[in-house]
Amino acid sequence: MSFLPYAVAAWLFLVGLYGIVTSRNLIHLVVCLTVVQSSTYVLLLAVGYREGAAAPIYADIPTSRPVVDPVVATLTLTDVVVEATVAALLLSLAVQAHRRFGTLDPDELGALRG
Amino acid sequence: MTGIQAVALVVVALGGTAVVLARDPARQALVAGIFGFSLAILFLTFQAPDVALSQIVVGAVALPAMIIYALRKVQRREQVERGER
Amino acid sequence: MSVFGLGAAGTAALLVWGLAGLPSFGDFEGAYGQLLAHLTVPERHATSAVAVSTFDFRGLDTLGEEFILFTAAVGVLVLLRGQRADETVAAEPMHPRRPTADSRTLRSIATALAAPVLVLGAYVVSHGHLTPGGGFQGGVILMTAFLLVYLAGSHLHLAAIRPLSAMEGAEGVGAAGFALIGVGGIILAGAFLENFLGFGTTGNLVSGGVVPLLNVSVGIEVMGAILVIVGELLDQRFLVRKGDR
Repeated sequence: MSFLPYAVAAWLFLVGLYGIVTSRNLIHLVVCLTVVQSSTYVLLLAVGYREGAAAPIYADIPTSRPVVDPVVATLTLTDVVVEATVAALLLSLAVQAHRRFGTLDPDELGALRG
Repeated sequence: MTGIQAVALVVVALGGTAVVLARDPARQALVAGIFGFSLAILFLTFQAPDVALSQIVVGAVALPAMIIYALRKVQRREQVERGER
Repeated sequence: MSVFGLGAAGTAALLVWGLAGLPSFGDFEGAYGQLLAHLTVPERHATSAVAVSTFDFRGLDTLGEEFILFTAAVGVLVLLRGQRADETVAAEPMHPRRPTADSRTLRSIATALAAPVLVLGAYVVSHGHLTPGGGFQGGVILMTAFLLVYLAGSHLHLAAIRPLSAMEGAEGVGAAGFALIGVGGIILAGAFLENFLGFGTTGNLVSGGVVPLLNVSVGIEVMGAILVIVGELLDQRFLVRKGDR
């Protein structure tokens, strides 16, 4: 039962990968990529969790209380915003591909031309 | 692990599957927004409120907006090419 | 498809084997994180261990992430703005005074919400070192406020309040601000991004040294970057182009 968080992270990774591989629409592909990204967030936070610990904000708890790991929260929270911007970059690539090739289907995209 | 964490994990797994299985990008944007919310609730149960706040504003507000704007740009171009505008 | 199936099965096996070797959920004994958490209040006088980790103890990582954000926004600009020059498709074929949204309800709600969301964003950014929040979250909330202005008004209103060049300027100022504060650390305290301001008293708005300033600069940068991206995706033009547009 305590393997569940890691199992969910692995499942999200594989399901997102399946979506990317079988996608027929570039925008659908980018959204499946965000699912893969979220699997890393789940894994990071699952690693840093401590049983019975509180959130790492000391505004209303005494400093002696055990808290969950703040470093993984740091990594994850910057990651969430930044990877959304990267997804936006990929979306604009998809828009540009549509302009260039007239289609959003990855299978029909032509070869790169100089 | 507490019960609510287990429930949140299962909901996240189902949500991720739903995002992948929604093939139409417009509908997928909506499902992605709901998936983002469920992720935020999961992060709250993991005692990480900063990450949950980040996920809410990004995954339920900014990301679906960007998907829909990109779709709109593509659709407008298709409409022009079909001569409807 | 079968190739993917094989690959997925192999990856799944590897993942399960690797993840099973992790300490069981809830048992994490990492010493580094615990040390940082215990040092937050005594040394930095700030109450949010995550904010202090982000901007002080692991500030270099955040600098890198912030520049990924900056680069992605620049990438979107390069991709989408370059195609405007030789665009055969018309941009938004609108008179600048025509309202953006057709529904009056939407416009009223957006008008009512724009200012409160702006205040909320400023609050989240400035209190990042005390409560959950900070530059990244608050920056996105600030961006939402400007987007609501766009929904509520017409292009002309938006051009007055949110000109694209000001947003690009904001993005640059935020990114440069972070790096410059880091350089200030070199000059005044001996190491890049070293905390060089006084720490103040715990729980006050002015505490934690450099952390509130870095929060503000990150907030400005995130707001500018996402507005630039959204502006490009919306293909806004604020000057009516010559000809039949």
